[in-house]
Amino acid sequence: MAALVVLLIALTLSGGLYAAFAPADKAQADDTAQSLAIEEGKKLYQVGCASCHGTGGQGSSDGPSLVGVGAAAVDFQVGTGRMPAATSQGPQVTKKKNIYSQAQIDQLAAYISSLGAGPAVPTTNDYSPEGADIAKGGELFRTNCAQCHNFTGKGGALTHGKFAPSLDGVAPKHIYEAMQTGPQNMPSFPDTTLSQQNKKDIIAYLNAVNGDQTDNPGGLELGGLGPVSEGLFAWIFGLGALIVLAVWVAARTAKAKKS
Amino acid sequence: MSSHDIPEENLPAEQDTAHGAVTVADEENPFADPGLPPHEHRVQDIDEQAARRSERTVAMLFTVSMLATLGFIASYVTIPTDKSIFVFPIGHLSAMNFALGLTLGVALFAIGAGAVHWARTLMSDMEIADERHPIEASPEVKTKVLADFKQGAKESQLGRRKLIRNTMFGALALFPLSGVMLLRDLGPLPGTKLRHTLWSKGKLLVNMNTNEPLRPSDVAVGSLTFAKPEGLEENNEDFQTEIAKAALMIVRLQPDNIKDKRELEWSHQGIVAFSKICTHVGCPISLYEQQTHHVLCPCHQSTFDLSDGARVIFGPAGHALPQLRIGVNADGYLEALGDFEEPVGPAFWERG
Repeated sequence: MAALVVLLIALTLSGGLYAAFAPADKAQADDTAQSLAIEEGKKLYQVGCASCHGTGGQGSSDGPSLVGVGAAAVDFQVGTGRMPAATSQGPQVTKKKNIYSQAQIDQLAAYISSLGAGPAVPTTNDYSPEGADIAKGGELFRTNCAQCHNFTGKGGALTHGKFAPSLDGVAPKHIYEAMQTGPQNMPSFPDTTLSQQNKKDIIAYLNAVNGDQTDNPGGLELGGLGPVSEGLFAWIFGLGALIVLAVWVAARTAKAKKS
Repeated sequence: MSSHDIPEENLPAEQDTAHGAVTVADEENPFADPGLPPHEHRVQDIDEQAARRSERTVAMLFTVSMLATLGFIASYVTIPTDKSIFVFPIGHLSAMNFALGLTLGVALFAIGAGAVHWARTLMSDMEIADERHPIEASPEVKTKVLADFKQGAKESQLGRRKLIRNTMFGALALFPLSGVMLLRDLGPLPGTKLRHTLWSKGKLLVNMNTNEPLRPSDVAVGSLTFAKPEGLEENNEDFQTEIAKAALMIVRLQPDNIKDKRELEWSHQGIVAFSKICTHVGCPISLYEQQTHHVLCPCHQSTFDLSDGARVIFGPAGHALPQLRIGVNADGYLEALGDFEEPVGPAFWERG
């Protein structure tokens, strides 16, 4: 009986001591979690990515090297469903349904950033509209982005079937990552030339012109592409209706006796 | 409408025969002219009740137009500008825009529809043949006009008072010169303005986004940056004039990827600076594809290869994009090593 009591006391003590000293080892615990994520990410990588990007991320004739692209690039490419891409591609890889969970994407990102340092995934604070200057964002968007993505981010054509996709409905995090990493043919806009505040402003501008709460006084925006679609609509449906009306009026005779 | 409810007295006694100039064929006129076809009456011509109905329809359309115009004024005054409504199939839109457009459209359309209905059912629809007549005036009229002119010339003493005549001719001849003088505003010739930009040796490349001078380490491979010359600020009076020529597009390539020897020499560690102004008609051009190094102009699809001296590879542009020679100054900032060596933007008459 005494032996049992001693054992219990000893157990409680050692548990308490562990609890008291464990926080000091938190960094080590984090490191373990990190290496665990890298380990898991590596497994996912071997299954989904290695056939094109090489077993060590060094790239092959089918896919570029992933050394130094950073977690942000992985989060964008996999999170928007662009990667893994189909084996035969058209002019460019387009977004599709994402098949990975956010946890798996984070593991993949951890593995890829372990190959070489690159831009990290932005935090919510980086792209939330709080503290952003929407007007300045509009100016920056027109200087840096509008040439391809159109004035309100509706997208546009490039060469040989490539195109700049519409930014309508794209998550702010993904827009931020795209600016940072320059996916596919899009040039990158690193923090050194387009500061974090600049990116925040641009995202706030896009939210203001394209968001759920955006007022559209004209209604029926016809793709928001500007005069081309509007002119086409006016010529075909507006003038078409007038022609039909004119033909209808002229086809009906006013005479009492139909001849 | 059937014929049984048309009152007896309103029916035409008999259908009209052909009218107008009816001729038969003979030796002088080998083709017979059958004249106009017989005139057919409208319901409104023979039935007074139908005519009254038409009158009421036209009056109703004009009244609708009046009401719509009053509705336009009322919507303008009463609807708040920020009120939004849902209209199928247009979707959400400003209530005021919708009401203004609808009432204005109805007001105009009802005027037109009323006028058309009036003309088709009530105005006379008799076809009338109007014979041609010679254009030349009769000899009597011609003689009289000539006589009047001669008498007027004599009475004005124009032939006798030579001083008046000559000064009048002078005044009339000189007057158009004032119009010719206005053409001077088309000049003066631009001189060397088209050949020079604000860039000169030692001017720093300033980032358009941050307004800070650029360092080589700021510009990553695959990135795209726009720059302006140091000292040019957006609140300068001549900002638009100057940036239209000096706008710069900066990209960084792997030095191995640069095919053109001069481009490599004028770059700094693969950082190349090209004019942002298309050489076709001067559109700002920066649809840069970082994998192909091609730049596409959105106006007419001219495409330039930035890895090969910005050579034109497609489209109507006639010249490669001018490149700015850059280097690094003592403080480690990117600087221009001179102006563009050729005029930027579209070609012009004296470009050579």
